[in-house]
Amino acid sequence: MSDKEISGVGAYVVHDSAHKHVTGEAVYTDDLPELPNCLHTWVVTSPHAHAKIKSINIKRAESFEGVEAVLSAKDILGTNDVGPIFPNEPVLAEELVEYVGQPVVIIAAQTRELAREASHLVKVEYEILTPILDVREALEKKHFVAEPHSLQIGDSKKALANAANRLQGEIDLGGQDHFYLEGQICVAHPLEDDDMKVYSSTQHPAEVQKMVARFLNLAKHSVVVEVRRMGGGFGGKETQPANIACMAALLANKTKKSVKLRLGRDEDMIITGKRHDFYFTYDVGYTNEGEITGIELNLASKCGHVADLSTSILDRALFFSDSVYYLKDATINGFPCKTHTVSNTAFRGFGGPQGSFIIEEVIDVISNKLKKNPHEVRKLNYYGTEDRNVTPYHQTIEDNIIHEITDQLEVSSDYQKRYDEIREYNKNNKYYKKGISFVPTKFGVSFTTAFLNQAGALIHIYADGSIHLNHGGTEMGQGLFTKVAQVVASEFQVDLSRVKITATTTEKVPNTSATAASSGSDLNGMAAQNGAQKLKRRLIKFAAEKYEVDQSSVTFKNNMVYAGDNEISFNALVGEAYFARVSLSATGFYKTPKIYYDRSTSKGRPFFYYTYGACVAEVLLDTLTGECKVTRADILHDVGASLSPNIDMGQIEGGFVQGMGWLTNEELKWDDKGSLRTHAPSTYKIPVSRDIPDVFNVEILKNHKCKEETIYSSKAVGEPPFMHGMAVWHAIKDAIKSHGNYEKEVKLNAPATPEEILRALDSM
Amino acid sequence: MSTISFVLNKEKVSVDVEGDTPLLWVLRDELKLKGTKFSCGKGLCGACTIHVDGNPTRSCVLPVSSVANLEVTTLEGLQEDKEYQKLKDQWVKKNVPQCGYCQPGQLMSATALLKSNPKPTEGDVKTALSGNICRCGTYQRIQDAILDASKEGDSNE
Repeated sequence: MSDKEISGVGAYVVHDSAHKHVTGEAVYTDDLPELPNCLHTWVVTSPHAHAKIKSINIKRAESFEGVEAVLSAKDILGTNDVGPIFPNEPVLAEELVEYVGQPVVIIAAQTRELAREASHLVKVEYEILTPILDVREALEKKHFVAEPHSLQIGDSKKALANAANRLQGEIDLGGQDHFYLEGQICVAHPLEDDDMKVYSSTQHPAEVQKMVARFLNLAKHSVVVEVRRMGGGFGGKETQPANIACMAALLANKTKKSVKLRLGRDEDMIITGKRHDFYFTYDVGYTNEGEITGIELNLASKCGHVADLSTSILDRALFFSDSVYYLKDATINGFPCKTHTVSNTAFRGFGGPQGSFIIEEVIDVISNKLKKNPHEVRKLNYYGTEDRNVTPYHQTIEDNIIHEITDQLEVSSDYQKRYDEIREYNKNNKYYKKGISFVPTKFGVSFTTAFLNQAGALIHIYADGSIHLNHGGTEMGQGLFTKVAQVVASEFQVDLSRVKITATTTEKVPNTSATAASSGSDLNGMAAQNGAQKLKRRLIKFAAEKYEVDQSSVTFKNNMVYAGDNEISFNALVGEAYFARVSLSATGFYKTPKIYYDRSTSKGRPFFYYTYGACVAEVLLDTLTGECKVTRADILHDVGASLSPNIDMGQIEGGFVQGMGWLTNEELKWDDKGSLRTHAPSTYKIPVSRDIPDVFNVEILKNHKCKEETIYSSKAVGEPPFMHGMAVWHAIKDAIKSHGNYEKEVKLNAPATPEEILRALDSM
Repeated sequence: MSTISFVLNKEKVSVDVEGDTPLLWVLRDELKLKGTKFSCGKGLCGACTIHVDGNPTRSCVLPVSSVANLEVTTLEGLQEDKEYQKLKDQWVKKNVPQCGYCQPGQLMSATALLKSNPKPTEGDVKTALSGNICRCGTYQRIQDAILDASKEGDSNE
């Protein structure tokens, strides 16, 4: 990477760690050298979904050989609470357990095996209570984790009453386990003065710091949290790592030894939260052409035992339940249902995919009723560009490009021709059926909680001209570190290799937001640019004085600095600036402008901008087995002016695969006692090499800069492509419809496992 | 405790451990080779793939006693290997890894494939790699990288 032309913003670079990923040298938390006498842990969890703790007896476990600490809630030094929004979300259960798998006792021993053996000696007496496990039951009983929230525009009641056609329905949508290949892990090192150094696989070091400090009754300045990289996050490492870190830190504090807490796969899947399942009902009015004239949507999310981020996730589900469609008279209600299951949490898309799922279902049902191609009904309902462009939360869409994306993708995917051919194929084939769909997406970008939209960076230039870059964002494989380094290299016009990427740590940039909401490069890229520009201004001033030229004549290019007719290498100029006592370290800061949302009126502009895309998916369905294969997928996706096209393409491909898994084979099953029965890859099936489309065409939309002032006019990319998995779901539905000659109603819930597909086929 | 000897990355090693200790932990904790990853612990995700006498094997469910006197190769031991190097270069060129955590296992499976089947078809690749899960969804790039690596040198033959 020595040529600047191939390493700045917009260049086709590879992930900064690619070279280390392929040799096994990339260091994850579990790979850090362990201190001598490092202790290992086991978590004793609740076997009941809902029960009172009557007593905890740890005596025998404590005296077990090799065991150094056995702790429960009463041993906590500070506040037993990791609630990110609402209080009273305990790390260790106190008097009540509310899900199977809730941590009750933690054990540190010389080895993990010893800790596990000792765990069998812990005796907890419970008084079993009746659990609420089903979202419908919770909804009916108004058993919520927080107040319901609604969006309203126009008059849906009146519009529904006056509608030419009207229909009602309901559908269930399952959750999803993150299944990051690197499970939850934390290493806590106790330091002098009771300080704590925490290595955590987390998307949110600042929150781990806050929660550990609170748990140990320390000020935040006594806790340092560091993460170089995660082996996958996907939202599962936004709030969940705080629980893990608090447990490890408490054990480290009590034993004065380094403690590693690494959950095994089963424990990880049982103890930590997942994507929210939803139960939806709808009532929609529409014209004979299929245009929606009034709608009422009810979104009930299964939050689990505490709120965690559920209210924000439900808000986003409400905000996304318009997708790209104009809903003039709409009421959209969200119900955050409390169940005695593990608290669900952030997962790529953060409720957005669930919100868009229901409106796509509604459109599909309307199309079916009218015997129309759903794609035509979708287009009829698209938001306008100059009018028909106000969302149910009263934000005016100013950047709609879905029509252009649709036009382009119709041509590049040969959509209509294939649609017709598939109709013909299905006429001539009895057992194998094909299906095709065209599903658009719009994704609002920003944290919908305004204050979170801030970021900081720290940049040092050393006297040899090498640059040290740090910012609040975390690297989970999405390429954020690479992108931000590209920004800094571009600002100084130096080779990318001159910019050292460093681990995220609360010591360098304080009070950061989670790397979430796809905002990583938007926020941290801007903050790093701000820091770099401060330093650049100092260097420009110095060069102008040194060469006695106007500051406006100082430019940076190709590792050189030009000042009037003079030229000097960047490194040499920095060296001279050091001797001239110029400060060569700067912080950068950014906050997203324009955004606000008033929850009391459900109005505002929660999103800085939108990103768009569409996917055409085609499937081949075996109607005798319910097995389905994605034979082709064509994606056209908007990332503005890409900061790093190679990295963005990877995000789009991977997002699609993960979205497809969510709606097809990934099924979470709980038994009637509230126990998760799918907690390993043996029973929980995520996509593998055979599941990707036979033909997979992915393209970035060209020549569309972000209309807002984002970092180099780029757009966010982490979550939005996840939405494209929905096209697979609709292609499956299309194939099922052909089984009834496109005349019968299809009742298909998500995920569309072979069993669910067979059920849908049988019910026709 | 027993002493178990095997050949690791072409060098003879002996470890004093319980014979039923999974090889993964012997590699990671005793021998400090961190390139082999723990993920599911059930031999189902492929992150811990190593070679035993050249065959791709899941080390997290393999008792160390079962490799006594056999040849074990980890990613660290493949660095000079011709097939691995071709693959690794393609992996970087195509920007395959995202989070990277599963990639050592993917590369171990891919290298074993090219050694036993130098000219695999797309179907061969899918089958050989179907036990290696990647949650970032890099499958298309993995497949392309393997197929392109297998074609390298074709014009000179």
